Amino acid sequence: MTVPRFWREIPQRYNLQASKCGACDAIHYPPRTVCPECRRASIGNLEEVKLSGRGTVLESTRVHKAAPGYEAQVPYTLALIQTEEGPVITGQVVDHDGRAVSAGDDVRAVFRRLGEDGDAGVIYYGTKWVLA
Amino acid sequence: MAVGIISYGAYVPRYRIRSEEIARIWGDDANIGRALNVHEKSVPGADEDVATISVEAARQAMRRAPTGPDDVGAIYVGSESHPYAVKPTGTIVQAAIDAGPYLTMADYEFACKAGTAALQTGMGLVQSGMAKTVLAIGTDTSQGAPRNALEYSASAGGAAFLLGAERKHILAELHHTVSFTTDTPDFWRREGQKYPSHGERFTGTPAYFRHVEAASQRLMEDQKTKPDDYDHCVFHQPNGKFPVNAARRLGFKEPQWRHGLLAPRIGNTYSGAALLGLANVLDHAEPGDRVFVCGYGSGAGSDAFDCTVTKNILNYDRSEAERLETRLADTTELDYAMYAKLRGKLVMGGNGA
Ligand SMILES: [Zn+2]
Repeated sequence: MTVPRFWREIPQRYNLQASKCGACDAIHYPPRTVCPECRRASIGNLEEVKLSGRGTVLESTRVHKAAPGYEAQVPYTLALIQTEEGPVITGQVVDHDGRAVSAGDDVRAVFRRLGEDGDAGVIYYGTKWVLA
Repeated sequence: MAVGIISYGAYVPRYRIRSEEIARIWGDDANIGRALNVHEKSVPGADEDVATISVEAARQAMRRAPTGPDDVGAIYVGSESHPYAVKPTGTIVQAAIDAGPYLTMADYEFACKAGTAALQTGMGLVQSGMAKTVLAIGTDTSQGAPRNALEYSASAGGAAFLLGAERKHILAELHHTVSFTTDTPDFWRREGQKYPSHGERFTGTPAYFRHVEAASQRLMEDQKTKPDDYDHCVFHQPNGKFPVNAARRLGFKEPQWRHGLLAPRIGNTYSGAALLGLANVLDHAEPGDRVFVCGYGSGAGSDAFDCTVTKNILNYDRSEAERLETRLADTTELDYAMYAKLRGKLVMGGNGA
């Protein structure tokens, strides 16, 4: 990830900022500039909203072969999370040691370190999830 | 003008390692935990640092606050383990609570008393009318070198206090603060060093006790109070033994530190220690309770505070889910191997890295 891109995405990464279509009320995360349903009718008609950070696990998987930068965290858990406002988010579920993460479990958003560009680079922060 | 705490938040990571487990690895006396009065200490998760802990504490404070993020005129984060050497932790907190951009900030460093220094600055800005509210945070994720005595106590946690001047919002009025500061080399960490160094036996009498007692005595002289006038006392707690000894020497007695002493359960959270003790006191306090707080930072200095809890505490959200005790009761015990993994003490190589 580039530093400028991370910087632009801080509101959605830290605070789950999403967009709400004024025409059909659908909420999208990450936020959109155009509603994929309403298209032209949504232009200039989208407002910023924040997701509450409450959701439910739809599906989860235990990762044993780490993505770069996550080597020391193996094994870790990724999940598809149905937020209460509608959008489905892929996220890491942390701090659940000893307890299984299963479909239907309630989760809430927490603020964690997502990664870093080596020892000298920028540190990326954002949202992960814990069992509620 | 009055100044006081109008909201607060506290965060301690869920992981713990017991003193016996650390002693087992190095062949130390298994009773070392009893001697230090630190039975276990908190350990941050692999993805937790001073910024994430500060954000969690700040978000709890803002969630329960009577005022919003737009009223925050300053953010001060005190720590000796800021994730960046250059780039304020406060900027990350600001973005995560949606405050600013019209506010002032700086990160603080004064060993274990950077958090109480933040609280003092906030008092000044609010009382002078320069800021409507100020967020003062103390957090650390300090490390002791493996096999060093500090390894038994250096832990992780933090607390955030939102200060304001409106009487209808004040949960605990801050009446007065006194500091006592000298040039004392009891504990230090040079730039670029991962672990701190300390002056061994030098850390007790000329350092911790001298500063804590001087600031505490002057505060009580100024306020014309005596230890009996306080319902609660909170002292900086580098272990569970020093604060109890200091309290006794000053004339405080057993039940006064029951809520303010957390070191036996979580270790030394450095800049977070006195503030977490204060947060736990406020979780339990009743209107009219008088609270004595004294922080200590090596190098060295002490900041003492005199405050009184108001009736507004009865309308503040102190439900089960918001209490620090609830968080402290839900823990995961680590063995030394898992602790080494989480703290980045394992050398990764080959296909692993
Ligand atoms: Zn639409």
